[in-house]
Amino acid sequence: MRVTFTANGREVTADEVWEGESLLYVLRERLGLPGSKNACEQGECGSCTVRLDGVPVCSCLVAAGQAQGREVETVEGLARGEGELAPIQQAFVEAGAVQCGFCTPGLLVAADDLLKHNPQPDDADIREALSGNLCRCTGYEKILDAVRLAAARSAAAGTGGAV
Amino acid sequence: MDFLRPATWDEALAAKAGRPDAVPLSGGTDIMVEINFDHRRPDALLDLNRIADLREHTREGDGSGAPYIRVGAAVPYSTIVEHLHGPLPALALASHTVASPQIRNRGGVGGNLGTASPAGDAHPALLAADAVVEAESAERGVRLVPIDDFYTGVKRNCLAPDELIRAVRVPVADGPQQFSKVGTRNAMVIAVCAFSVALHPRSGRVRTGIGSAAPTPVRARAAEDFLAGVLAEERAWQRRGALPPSAVREFADLVSGAASPIDDVRGTGDYRRHALRVMARRTLAWVWDEYRDGHGDGYEDGEGAGACA
Ligand SMILES: Cc1cc2nc3c(=O)[nH]c(=O)nc-3n(C[C@H](O)[C@H](O)[C@H](O)COP(=O)(O)OP(=O)(O)OC[C@H]3O[C@@H](n4cnc5c(N)ncnc54)[C@H](O)[C@@H]3O)c2cc1C
Ligand code: FES
Ligand code: FES
Repeated sequence: MRVTFTANGREVTADEVWEGESLLYVLRERLGLPGSKNACEQGECGSCTVRLDGVPVCSCLVAAGQAQGREVETVEGLARGEGELAPIQQAFVEAGAVQCGFCTPGLLVAADDLLKHNPQPDDADIREALSGNLCRCTGYEKILDAVRLAAARSAAAGTGGAV
Repeated sequence: MDFLRPATWDEALAAKAGRPDAVPLSGGTDIMVEINFDHRRPDALLDLNRIADLREHTREGDGSGAPYIRVGAAVPYSTIVEHLHGPLPALALASHTVASPQIRNRGGVGGNLGTASPAGDAHPALLAADAVVEAESAERGVRLVPIDDFYTGVKRNCLAPDELIRAVRVPVADGPQQFSKVGTRNAMVIAVCAFSVALHPRSGRVRTGIGSAAPTPVRARAAEDFLAGVLAEERAWQRRGALPPSAVREFADLVSGAASPIDDVRGTGDYRRHALRVMARRTLAWVWDEYRDGHGDGYEDGEGAGACA
């Protein structure tokens, strides 16, 4: 079947999509958007996290056909422009929150979404928001640091949730 | 495989009538796992995502004196947690323990009921709250199924092949409710076992629900009857005194006795019986303390407490 939706603000179409195929597969294998990672395909790890109509979901558990006509935002959509990282991405780099990097795209989308809705989260909020994302390398401390850093910067800059 | 995409509820019912083999697909958090791992290859998927009605929750039945929240089958857990914790405390607490934010943004009660896993977290709360499932078919219209009759076996429910779940009607709490779940960590955990209790001061009843400790979600009826009897005898609904420790112990033992747990990878039967006893004792203490502290008065229908007492 053919599936058309908006990916990072751009209309995209995939053809010959199998009916049981996941949105994650379509993004990675058919649309050249391999940022979202496939680690477990069962909703456990969060490395495939994207926003679907503005809401973070595991794209491995969304059937491609369910994305028809809807808005998808992937990690590729976070950066503001060529060579300019989003604040949460910059914070991940600076805090050393990335080791192998496999979990990073999902965590970035989840963390970005947290800060959008709650620009000054406390630690409990951060842990809750990232509880669906597994990282086998960092031990999470640096990831928490990165989110705190991005939040502190947006407070200092007075940009509120616009990260 | 066919991918059916009805735009309205009536279209969905017609599609299901025409293709009883089509598997409804809502949040996909159960179905897509099975498809990704090739455990299931349905001939057709019936996508319910386009039907906006299924994501709505409304308050109804105020005129009848028995108000309930009609929770659309696809209302995601995150919405229940955020918007329905007041009227539906047990269901909201249970919803908050499901998986992770990403899963809670997609999965809902309709899918939990569709899968009817004994480990589904909504079930104990729905049993304790005395919910009613709204099943519907194009041919026979709406059928209201009391939650007690809904689960028919391990991962089986009473839906006919041409039926879909439209909503679940959950009575607005008339007293304190609790939900408790045992697992290895807070997030992303399938219950080792779970327990929910609801005080219903208006009718003088107590209801419970047990998860992951029997082939289906079950109530602990003997425990409910015992406690309701004690509360009536002691005029406890009116006096709001402390519960006799012996009664709390007996309640916990009866809850544990209502289970028929197995040994599996998540825990042994003995551990589950023990954990149920502990959860029953704790949750009863929590709800009874809340009732004694008068929080029960905040429940709009809490007046006339202990009509049966
Ligand atoms: C990583 C992970 C963790 C999880 N953790 C938990 C947990 O902690 N607790 C828990 O309870 N569950 C858990 N689940 C299971 C799942 O999220 C829930 O069962 C959820 O409620 C399913 O809802 P859904 O809308 O995604 O269902 P779907 O996958 O879309 O459907 C599930 C079943 O219900 C049927 N169905 C769906 N809607 C309808 C309808 N309207 N009418 C008739 N049939 C219908 C489908 O055909 C299918 O058989 C977890 C799943 C994952 C992937
Ligand atoms: S790949 Fe989707 S949650 Fe792991
Ligand atoms: S950095 Fe390797 S999994 Fe997180």
